[in-house]
Amino acid sequence: MNDIAISFQDVHKRYASSRALKGVSFDIKRGEFFGLLGPNGAGKSTLISITAGLARATSGSVAVLGHDVVTDYRAARRALGVVPQELVYDPFFSVREMLRLQAGYQGCGKEVWPWIDELLERLELEDKGADSIRQLSGGMKRRVLIAQALVHKPEVVILDEPTAGVDVELRRTLWNFTRELNQAGHTIVLTTHYLEEAEELCDRIAILNHGELQVLEDKTALLGRHPYRFLSLELSADGPTEELPSHVERLVEGRHDQTLELKLKQGEDFIGDVIEGIRGAGYRIVDVHTREPSLENIFVELTMDHGASHGQAQSEVSA
Amino acid sequence: MNWRGCYTLFIKEVRRFYSVILQTVGAPVVTALLYMLVFGQVLSGQSIQGVSATAFLVPGLMMMSIIQNSFANTSSSITQSKIMGNLVFLLMTPLSAFEIYLAYVAASLTRAVLVAIVLYLVTQIFVTVPIREPLLVLVMLILSGGTLAVTGMIAGIVANKFDHLAAFQNFFIMPMSFLAGVFYSIHALPAFWQKASYFNPFFYMIDGFRHGFFGVGDANPWVSVIVAACFFVIMSSIAITMLARGYKIRD
Repeated sequence: MNDIAISFQDVHKRYASSRALKGVSFDIKRGEFFGLLGPNGAGKSTLISITAGLARATSGSVAVLGHDVVTDYRAARRALGVVPQELVYDPFFSVREMLRLQAGYQGCGKEVWPWIDELLERLELEDKGADSIRQLSGGMKRRVLIAQALVHKPEVVILDEPTAGVDVELRRTLWNFTRELNQAGHTIVLTTHYLEEAEELCDRIAILNHGELQVLEDKTALLGRHPYRFLSLELSADGPTEELPSHVERLVEGRHDQTLELKLKQGEDFIGDVIEGIRGAGYRIVDVHTREPSLENIFVELTMDHGASHGQAQSEVSA
Repeated sequence: MNWRGCYTLFIKEVRRFYSVILQTVGAPVVTALLYMLVFGQVLSGQSIQGVSATAFLVPGLMMMSIIQNSFANTSSSITQSKIMGNLVFLLMTPLSAFEIYLAYVAASLTRAVLVAIVLYLVTQIFVTVPIREPLLVLVMLILSGGTLAVTGMIAGIVANKFDHLAAFQNFFIMPMSFLAGVFYSIHALPAFWQKASYFNPFFYMIDGFRHGFFGVGDANPWVSVIVAACFFVIMSSIAITMLARGYKIRD
């Protein structure tokens, strides 16, 4: 059990009218940067809530560093820091007071005050310590929440959509900060709607869909298992108006002005054949780009409901 | 036992009410003083249970303030945390149900004691009220204030919005405490209402508390202590069970 940060064993969660989790089992290893992805309503937040003690599983169990979150909740919660998705705060206290109180709840005393000051500095909040949290901007409130989750130096840190609604610069700051935490030995679990974020940061990725674990794989293996590549062709404006040959037409994903977007299955559709087909139809090719699949393509592929259109799935990802 | 965590929560709750002390301590003292001045004037020259009517009012008003403020402190704090969403900060910590209970009740009692002491001191400008049985005063204060703090905790957990709390406070706590003998001895009531008063737990809280000041009362002080203690234990059991099961606070 020593190398497992969080273990989910057949976790079910049933609400009055829905089943949020339908028997989820997997382990998150110590020291890894783990991505937990899924469309809205997939069960990610429910799983995090159960881990943090904010919700109770209907059946199954969750353990943090081997400590069951129900029967051994004190040890489990000491090992865990959770950054909630909502921007919640206590309006009665300043930033520094709130952080000290949070440390106190965890059983920590003045010995962690220097660490709290360090957190404020690293999260660029050093001049906001005396301010009331309600006076801060959304991005600053988000950073206070991150500091709050770290006051007791937990080994395992869960960030539930930490970069939702923050600007690009802050997103970069948070990425660097979480990377540093990970390098310092903390296990990081990240849920996000920004798939490029998971692609950039995570070592392993789990995708939840409809309350079930759909995929759990190393990021590189996951990216590699997508059997497509994308081809973008810019055609000359003075080309013919004839239709493309059928073996090329079926690969077309989109057209914008003079640009054709094609999706080629590896091992079946070859770039050479496509280019030859297009040129054979009388078109002149001005430019060619190829692109490997991104996590977003894989995500859409895996979480798209049968019969749902690509567009529908796409909009769900960016929701 | 996470004593440091429990103490931190206690301090946080005390600082919460202290930051709006005019509203949490000042206002109830002024309200009680106004009652005393108005009713004291109306009843001036009369005596109840062998003491001057104005002096008789003081312990009753003190206990009424203890009851209402103990309830208000826990109930408003928990409801506010639930509505604002910051209760998660507490629920994610290694604090046990008992530790959370203890911290909230102790902070609530602190406010109630503060209100009672300030009220007692201010009323001494107008009338002298002896404290014949200090231990009884203290026991009744802790048991009664504790009971209402726990009741406020339960109400805060159950309430989904402030309107629910206000309803409970205005239609239950306020009239029940008002009609429990703050301004009169129940022996002055018609037989039916005299009997009905014996079914009102607040009557025992006020009467037992007042007994501690004057050494006389409508009921046996031991009965008052036992009734208050029973309610304290029952309400505490309900509150701790609710917290431990996460009723309405953990999905």
